[in-house]
Amino acid sequence: MRCLAHVASLATLAALVLLGGCGKPEFSDAEKKTIASLALNTLPAPKADTTNQYADVPAAAALGSTLFFDASMSRDGTVSCSTCHKIDRQFQDDLPQAVGVGHTNRRTMPLAGVARDPWFFWDGRRDSLWAQALTPLENPLEQAGNRAAFAHYIKKRFGERYERIFGPLPDLSTVPANASPLGTEAEKAAWNAMSTGQADDVNRVFANIGKAIAAFERSIEPQQTRFDRFAIDLATGAKPEGDAAFSPEEILGLKLFIGKANCVTCHNGPRFTDNAFHNTGVPPVKDLPPDRGRVDAVAQVQADPFNCFGKFRDGDASACRELRFMVKDGQQLVRAYKTPSLRGAAARAPYMHAGQFSSLDEVVAHYSKAPAAVEGVSEVHPLDLSDHERAALVAFLKTLD
Amino acid sequence: MRHAARDVISRRGTGLASIWRYIFAGLGLAALVVGVLTVVYLTAPHSPQGPDTSRSKKTANGLFVASFEPERGAIRQGELQSWLLTLKTAAGAPVEGAAITVSGGMPQHNHGLPTSPQATDYLGEGRYRIDGVKFTMGGWWQLRFAVSAAAGSDSVVFDIVL
Repeated sequence: MRCLAHVASLATLAALVLLGGCGKPEFSDAEKKTIASLALNTLPAPKADTTNQYADVPAAAALGSTLFFDASMSRDGTVSCSTCHKIDRQFQDDLPQAVGVGHTNRRTMPLAGVARDPWFFWDGRRDSLWAQALTPLENPLEQAGNRAAFAHYIKKRFGERYERIFGPLPDLSTVPANASPLGTEAEKAAWNAMSTGQADDVNRVFANIGKAIAAFERSIEPQQTRFDRFAIDLATGAKPEGDAAFSPEEILGLKLFIGKANCVTCHNGPRFTDNAFHNTGVPPVKDLPPDRGRVDAVAQVQADPFNCFGKFRDGDASACRELRFMVKDGQQLVRAYKTPSLRGAAARAPYMHAGQFSSLDEVVAHYSKAPAAVEGVSEVHPLDLSDHERAALVAFLKTLD
Repeated sequence: MRHAARDVISRRGTGLASIWRYIFAGLGLAALVVGVLTVVYLTAPHSPQGPDTSRSKKTANGLFVASFEPERGAIRQGELQSWLLTLKTAAGAPVEGAAITVSGGMPQHNHGLPTSPQATDYLGEGRYRIDGVKFTMGGWWQLRFAVSAAAGSDSVVFDIVL
């Protein structure tokens, strides 16, 4: 008996020595490769946007910045882009659903790195940053304006700045004060009474407003985080010091994120997003209008006169491949929403496309449980993470702040 | 009696009081572990439906030989890329004027492709440009081509693992 016990303890000792002696690394080579692919230093500079020839023109960005913060760019003079995209709050508003002139049905998205998105809004109903910027301006629940009024306002208030960037403003003297194909009945009637030339003139000024705002928004970039410092040290073999050192809980969270919990499947690359649309079984919000996500956005982006195929695009149609090759139908688009970046996410609750979850704990619990979708098919499967594992994932997500 | 028994064990234990006993026991245990692992490995089900990542293959009914390569070298995750599908007859002649439709997805994730790739150009010598290919995540992807040409209709599936 004692002999067996000796053998057993010797074997255990040998195993421990073997494990310790080999210096079992914290991360495997495959894990290290994945971690390096998430680090901010692998993020390339934004690609030129050939559909917006003013995208990198400083004067356009400056005018865009003025317009972004200008509450006069709304029906009642109280709402600007910055009302919801707050500069000191990662350009979002901490609300479950954005509130402009009215109460919307979607969560405000932050703007860091937005110039790299192929699709805009949670459902991708716009295909360029400048086309996106135009949409809230006329949405009755957001800025609730109309494009004729915006054109008059630009001419009156910013005429000189506009013309130095975009060339001469059109003659707007016969254009109604308020007119838009998307406005009130009176505005629609006024729009329909305009000549094609007048409509084109107004649309051109309106598109340029979007291009200026987009030029400004291109400058909003993600910042280096604790995770990035840790990842760089891991890649170079340096010992992470100070806040770059991860706690055992954060290391476990990172391992789960890139391993068992499968988060990195969609939250990949240095922006932690695959820029694609997925149904992950996030429940709808009671009392909000029906929301089917990407499946309803396809027709909207196709119908948008400011999309890449439209006549307000600069450059040639080779820039329109995302629109050209987009998936137009199928079950996988039902209640599919864009994968959001996780950079800075810990500091901007609530979460999901309509603010369904008030904390990261709730988000992680949702993915661990993976309930079925109310419509369409959820792509995620139950993980059955322990309390400890869920807490570790949350601890890791906080290192992205 | 109990006292005597313990003495016997004790004597036997010290009789061969040598490190060799432990080494033999250790070797025996190691051999057992190796044996068990070997059996597990040999009897493990080797999935016949795993990815076949060859870039050139016969179509399902053997009408064509198809090959599929990125047009510009490496696969880059998350970027729209163009690929080349080259079609030859079984006899090796280039297939011209083929109508090609593309479908696919990720068999392990139960979802389709994130884009709708299309055959956009014929480049001669049986080569067709398949544009709009995008792999948004790592893992096992499948692209299925349905090909109709003078020789008939056939299909082929390419597995791509990122």
